[in-house]
Amino acid sequence: MKLNSLIAATAAAAALLGGVAAQAQEQEVRIGLLTTLTGPLAPLGQHVRDGFNLAVEEAGGKLGGVTTKVVVEDDQLRPDVAVQLATKLAERDKIQILTGVIFSNVAMAALKPAVENKVFFISPNAGPSQLAGKQCSPWFYATAWQNDQPHEAMGAHLQASGVKKVYLVAPNYNAGKDAMRGFKGAYKGTIAGESYPSMNQLDFAAEISQIRAAKPDAVYVFLSGGMGVNFTKQYAQARLGAEIPMYSAFTIDAITLPAVGEAAVGTFQSNLWNADLKIPANEKFVAAFQKKYGYLPSNYAAQSYDTARLIGAALRLSGGKADDKKAFAAALRNAKFESVRGPFAFNSNNFPVGNFYLLETVKRAGGKVEQVTRKTILTNAKDNYFGDCNMAGL
Amino acid sequence: MSLFLEQLLNGLQFGMMLFLMASGLTLVVGIMNFINLAHGTLYMAGAFLAVTFQLLTGNYLLALGLGIAATALLGLLIEVLVAQPLYKRDHLDQVLCTFGIILFLNELARMIWGSAPLRMDVPKVLDGSVDIAGIGYPSYRLAIIAVSAAVAIGLHLVITRTRLGMLIRAGAADRTMIVGLGVNIQLLYALVFAAGAALAALAGILAAPIFTVQTGMGDHILILTLVVIVIGGIGSVHGALVAALLVGVIDTVGRVTLPAGFGNVLIYLLMAMILFWRPRGLFPAHG
Repeated sequence: MKLNSLIAATAAAAALLGGVAAQAQEQEVRIGLLTTLTGPLAPLGQHVRDGFNLAVEEAGGKLGGVTTKVVVEDDQLRPDVAVQLATKLAERDKIQILTGVIFSNVAMAALKPAVENKVFFISPNAGPSQLAGKQCSPWFYATAWQNDQPHEAMGAHLQASGVKKVYLVAPNYNAGKDAMRGFKGAYKGTIAGESYPSMNQLDFAAEISQIRAAKPDAVYVFLSGGMGVNFTKQYAQARLGAEIPMYSAFTIDAITLPAVGEAAVGTFQSNLWNADLKIPANEKFVAAFQKKYGYLPSNYAAQSYDTARLIGAALRLSGGKADDKKAFAAALRNAKFESVRGPFAFNSNNFPVGNFYLLETVKRAGGKVEQVTRKTILTNAKDNYFGDCNMAGL
Repeated sequence: MSLFLEQLLNGLQFGMMLFLMASGLTLVVGIMNFINLAHGTLYMAGAFLAVTFQLLTGNYLLALGLGIAATALLGLLIEVLVAQPLYKRDHLDQVLCTFGIILFLNELARMIWGSAPLRMDVPKVLDGSVDIAGIGYPSYRLAIIAVSAAVAIGLHLVITRTRLGMLIRAGAADRTMIVGLGVNIQLLYALVFAAGAALAALAGILAAPIFTVQTGMGDHILILTLVVIVIGGIGSVHGALVAALLVGVIDTVGRVTLPAGFGNVLIYLLMAMILFWRPRGLFPAHG
């Protein structure tokens, strides 16, 4: 009797498991969205998650006609946590695609478990130079930029507008130095001075006094999150903006602008996207995003929305098979979709070829402070590293 | 020369802000022998509450007053619920518990106000600049120096000229003795804790228009505050003032004269040197 019930239980379990296996064979795409959802930079992760979910929802829960399952995880902006979660997503949740990662240190950490498990890593923001160059990987795709590009764009703009002396401000860590190197690559004028405040510095009065004394024609700033908010407010309070206009990248966007407010008026930014871009897909995106979430999307939301739509287009092209790695890789590279940022294509290193825009922060008649697109600085721009990339096959 | 003067002014202003934080914390640590890591969280609470009160009332001064009062109440609540049972426990327990408060209140603030940074504008009257030796220095920063100086003078008078101040000094010097003399130590502790919270709130609210109001904003300033009270001598308000100004000026001047990264090390170097020659700080309060 006991043996019988054991056999029965085994049979039942086998039937159940068989059912699960049968279900898995039905077409389904499983996506891991690993992003930063806690800590001071959590709003970025929120935008990435909401942008992605909006695209999935607009597709009726089926990107490219394939039932889409999104598993969201919080990387806490910690590379060690990212490794654990990427491994868990790949091994337990059996994801075929990993996305959502915002920060380059997290991306570098999460790449290894993704490659080991043959998971496509499609980064909606992080674009470290290593992965664009020597360490480029057939498993890694970037849909936003190579990190240096917004800085190169602003350097190119200041060069073209004949600005003679620029003062540079960036945080004292690798990405800060890289950013300024990117800027100097495109800007050939005089560097009036450079300040590298430490990460999480609160008060920039000392740096602002140095800028005033150096008398440059412009100041170029790369300070993300709270540092950027503090600097911009203090710069405006020092009344320097009229004499020495402030240009920046990754400093003022839809996320930080509400905290900066009028202090940002009259400053310029470079970005790959802005809410006012006159592209039908973008107009639709901005309206739908605001309607669903009740706040303005940032470029992070736009990049993530684009990433989801790229995945949808690739799935459609590959006949819904995310498991046929070679076919899906080819489909990703050739997928056509109307990007919210304008033209979009992949370069040989799986990094995008796209436009960069000059934005200005203005105050509207009603008192609303927002960014407007002034011009396209770079058209179909490629990064500086793809020449070093010798892309391997899958 | 005018650049040097300007940087000195910047250092003075930063130092005065640190003093507001340090004066409260040095009393709490010195008198109650209680390590309160949540002091930075009270700084954050003051800023968040003032932003909210300003939205509700539209009046900066009212928001300032209400923000300070509400944070003092919050400080009192923390004293009664968390600090009181911990006074007799060892420092590690206090550190663990007050660290827990940091995590708890940071998360609570995120749930109430969200994780996007908030904005508090400079009051209209102070939204300009004053000409000092050819430099247009922001009036708001001068106002911070003035308010902090007034607080410093007020604290000095309270501590040296009043009965309460005498008890505070006695408490810092020899706690057992003042209990033996029949002083209501529980009330004194509660008062000092609430006053510390109010000073932290004042610092947070004054800082709000210059810095970002967001969760975790108190964590970084807490570290600098701890450096200040260690340099100044724990329990000494005068020491806190001198040390805060030293840290403010050295940090500012170091940042602009030394290569990137070295300037920020200077204040820790200063702390190490002072701990080496004067392990109890510049103005030790205990006998």
